[in-house]
Amino acid sequence: MPMTVEKAQVTLPSDREVKVTRSFKAARPLVYRAYTEPALVQRWLLGPPGWSMPVCEMDVRVGGRYRWRWRSDTDGSEFGFAGTFREVQPPSRLVHTETYDPGTVGDAHPQSEAIVSVAFSEDGGITTETTLIDFGSKEARDAAMATGMTGGMEQSYQLLDVLLVERG
Amino acid sequence: MNTQLSDRLDATFIALADPTRRAILARLTRGEASVTELAEPFAISQPAISKHLRILERAGLITVGQDAQRRPRRLEGKPLAEASAWLESYRASWEANFARLDRVLEELQHKTPAARRARAPKRAKR
Repeated sequence: MPMTVEKAQVTLPSDREVKVTRSFKAARPLVYRAYTEPALVQRWLLGPPGWSMPVCEMDVRVGGRYRWRWRSDTDGSEFGFAGTFREVQPPSRLVHTETYDPGTVGDAHPQSEAIVSVAFSEDGGITTETTLIDFGSKEARDAAMATGMTGGMEQSYQLLDVLLVERG
Repeated sequence: MNTQLSDRLDATFIALADPTRRAILARLTRGEASVTELAEPFAISQPAISKHLRILERAGLITVGQDAQRRPRRLEGKPLAEASAWLESYRASWEANFARLDRVLEELQHKTPAARRARAPKRAKR
């Protein structure tokens, strides 16, 4: 189904999974590079505004480890993700585990391990990436989506709660 | 996120997790309909349809209209709006990253072998 997805699309294929799809105007090897070279990853895989990614170590081979850490510019608090690569098939597929590292943020994010499968397909110079995250349980998925890698999201929820209360 | 909202989202997503129930909701976007009318396009029994309708009702996605004879079902937009707002904030955080990735890729394109070859003759002159 080669289909261009211009803006990120999020679906919930099952109780414990989230699927994110997005197309890019670039050849597949280039997109694969941007996902696997730390110096490139550090430039785009960021949280909400005000967070940088000072640690991005990736040993991209089967069994290799990676460690990502983000830092808030305002109060210096940190959190991260770490895991192991299970499948490395340039330029079409990456599978890695993902465990939350609470750092100094230490929120109630699930400590369970998620499996992240990233697939890249190219059609006429447009590369579509699909990220499937299997959180292992519904509770872990919902918690991850709620506290997520973005503090900004929690603010959106609070805003949403306020709006709902107002509409009562 | 408060527990009430979380419970409502659970009910909404459980209700949406079935293709027949999604088809019923899609039908109701065109206006209210009786149970018989809703059952028509599906090759399943009326009791089975009623079971789906109960799940949709419990999630607050549909309500029963005034007409006591027909008991038409109608769509309630609020839970769907809540569910899409919840997904939307998650989606937006990904999109922000992907927009940055767009710029990284654009920059990389100018450094591809073809682009380097185009610059090569200049270096050869030195």
